[in-house]
Amino acid sequence: MSTQPLAAKPAKAPAKEAVKDASMLKQKEMMAAHYDRLSASPETGEKVVCTFVPGNLNELIMCFDLANNLPEVNAIQSGLRRQSGAYVMEAEKAGHSEDVCTYVKSDVGMIAKGNIGPNGKKLPDPDLLLLSYTGCFTFMKWFELLRERYSCETIMLHTPYVADGKITQNMVDYMVRQLKEEVIPTLERVSGVKFDIDRLREYLKQSAKAEDDLVKVLQSAMNKPSPIDGYFGGIYYIGPIFGAFRGTQDAIDYYRFLLEEVEERVAKGLGPVTPDGDMGEEKYRLVVEGPPNYTSFRQFWKMFYDEGAVVVASSYSKVGGVYDFGFRHDPERPLETLAEYCLGVYTNRSLPMRVDMLASYIEDYEADGLLINSIKSCNSFSAGQLLIMREVEKRTGKPAAFVETDLVDPRYFSAANVKNRLESYFQMVDQKRAGVRSAA
Amino acid sequence: MTMSGTKVSGTKAIIERCQSLFDDLHFTAAREWKTAKSGRKVIGYMPIYVPREIIHAADMLPLGVLGGGDQLEVIHGDAYYQSYICRIPRSTIELGVSGRLDFVDGMMFPSICDVIRNLSGMWKMMFPDVYVRYFDVPQNYADDIGGSYYVGELAELRDDLGKLRGSPITDDELRNSIEVYNENRKMVGELYDFRAKTPWQAPAAEAYLVLRAGMVLPVEEHTALIADYLAAAKAEKRPMRDNCRIVLTSVFCEQPPLNLIKSLELAGCYVVDDDLLLVTRWLTEDVPTDGDPIQNLADAFLHHSESTAAKYEPNQAEKGQYLVRAVKRTGAEGVIFAAPSFCDPALLDRPMLQNVLSEANIPYIAFKYAENSGQMQPIREQAGTFADSIKLWSAA
Ligand code: SF4
Ligand code: SF4
Repeated sequence: MSTQPLAAKPAKAPAKEAVKDASMLKQKEMMAAHYDRLSASPETGEKVVCTFVPGNLNELIMCFDLANNLPEVNAIQSGLRRQSGAYVMEAEKAGHSEDVCTYVKSDVGMIAKGNIGPNGKKLPDPDLLLLSYTGCFTFMKWFELLRERYSCETIMLHTPYVADGKITQNMVDYMVRQLKEEVIPTLERVSGVKFDIDRLREYLKQSAKAEDDLVKVLQSAMNKPSPIDGYFGGIYYIGPIFGAFRGTQDAIDYYRFLLEEVEERVAKGLGPVTPDGDMGEEKYRLVVEGPPNYTSFRQFWKMFYDEGAVVVASSYSKVGGVYDFGFRHDPERPLETLAEYCLGVYTNRSLPMRVDMLASYIEDYEADGLLINSIKSCNSFSAGQLLIMREVEKRTGKPAAFVETDLVDPRYFSAANVKNRLESYFQMVDQKRAGVRSAA
Repeated sequence: MTMSGTKVSGTKAIIERCQSLFDDLHFTAAREWKTAKSGRKVIGYMPIYVPREIIHAADMLPLGVLGGGDQLEVIHGDAYYQSYICRIPRSTIELGVSGRLDFVDGMMFPSICDVIRNLSGMWKMMFPDVYVRYFDVPQNYADDIGGSYYVGELAELRDDLGKLRGSPITDDELRNSIEVYNENRKMVGELYDFRAKTPWQAPAAEAYLVLRAGMVLPVEEHTALIADYLAAAKAEKRPMRDNCRIVLTSVFCEQPPLNLIKSLELAGCYVVDDDLLLVTRWLTEDVPTDGDPIQNLADAFLHHSESTAAKYEPNQAEKGQYLVRAVKRTGAEGVIFAAPSFCDPALLDRPMLQNVLSEANIPYIAFKYAENSGQMQPIREQAGTFADSIKLWSAA
């Protein structure tokens, strides 16, 4: 599961050119440079590692001068560029079930069709698959599939599930041992670079700086009006830190830049920037659970901002790391901190923890309620969401609603259905407010 | 007389008993076990594997909870799950919400997939008085890495169950339970061997029902039951049909309807191996009964356990080879992939396993089912065509 779009425009040009913040342009440059680095790696001789967004050990990867290619991000890019539909079908033709995660099929289909990245150039074959098995069962099979194709070295890093709401010493020890005895030695062997723990500490220090600013950006949505959209906009904001930039100076610069912009919007009392410019009056404040739909991303977002609905907090913006409850990468405990980071990502949290988090968002961000976008092919997120919805509703007394789409399979995005659901939901919120007023 | 002390009866009577245990969605046998002695506790577990030895060592009954099959009317369960999620969690919720599991003191949810993983959290929220444990197992098989993690997890489980009982579980209790389960696994192995050699003497549906009885009966009783069945099955002469021999795979979690299993044989396929109820034979060798019992259970898990989709295969060359070996060991002529709809482990693994089979020149077919699938005609036709084509190949 993941994030980080940008870099590419939808195939069909929108009627109106999107309005972009300066930080977005900066991110676009970073992403373009990253993809160019990847596609040039056969010439530059740089080695490439694939890994996942949740449990992404970017700082460690950088210690070995490896380029980090994230297949989930590629799937998102394919979704945004409306190519994923064809890729998914390609994978299904090759025998992949219609029932399984469409990220995997988008990736497998893209590889089958030449593995062309968002910059129009071929993405490199990986030298290493770092199977950071964190918060999603599909990851294991996804990289077994890629290993079958590339026959390259593969490292399993198993993150135990935080089922009881607490990270135990046994879990951390297990992960640190995997890092020390298997992950790091393999990274050394494949890259030919010796591990330097001080270099790791430096990167971790940089990560924590960017994380501080990211949290301030996300929490700016507690303002009224919220200066950001924490879901649709949030997906852009988390791009660098969830992707190949956590631990870099680029990420520090990006988040500082972004924070300045956001603070300026707060000072001016402005709402979020949308693809159609500034959002109008803020009428509804929502918390959203679940990933978005990428194939009709803009259309989906528009259904919100046209109604004056802003997402003030989302769980999806925590899939690559949960920072808003205090966790920061800690250079003093470099391996333990990587373990704790993996253990804490959103999809590695138990359902009661997810309920707690969503309910606290509703309260802390003074939201009108919860909206769940349930993804057809993602069991990690989706299994149990109906109970999550009822629990959060019960706890907060705020209405909740449920829509169903898919991440990158356009066959499962029914605009009319989603719009209807949203409209009735907004009416529900109105009624609730009227009820509260008349009861007062 | 037999091991269980009852008179040898034919397979019919034994299977009738197993069938009634299978049909009983109120788990009367387990309830009766519980009430027979005060203080007894029952711990439910879902697929794919839990160390039942530790539950047994705490004087508790491990109870396999495998969904509701095709006889349970799911009234509440659908309100908890979207249409695109497999069926076993919703019928399991139904069993819980309808009070059918109200005598169960604890529930264990193994790390098989994200659906069962998340169900562990749902169970905590829905049944706060029940001991709920998500049972994580290592995906790293090095002794000092995955091994020591697993020893820690097992020790925690032992501790929890000791507290639930009111007194800690001793090493001797564990050793005794290991021995009892070694016996059971041995008998299950004999059942599978017997069926592989003479599948007409132990039809797949019967073997399944006998195995399935072990989900609700105390293990000692189950071991005796298998022995009785084997004795009876060996004594009976049944007609051998001109069926082909297949390995049935992907049926490790949501249970296929009994009719599906029957249909395969009616369509001309003898099932000579399968991955049904893997908990009964997850550990592939006897667990030593001397030394540290927890360490022994951990070693067995790391080094002598089954391969399946929910388990990472660290060695690319080994991927799927267990299936090829199963085919060779049992003299099977093909593989049938029967996966529950929307089952991530089974369906994501399937293309890789199929590639391995293709390389080994082993034919296969694939279809999906749900635990409540009613219409068997298409499956029968597919299996029938498969059987015919295998016969043609072997004749050619
Ligand atoms: S199943 Fe969900 S979390 Fe896992 S890779 Fe697919 S979309 Fe991401
Ligand atoms: S049937 Fe498959 S997806 Fe469903 S709970 Fe079982 S293993 Fe998970």
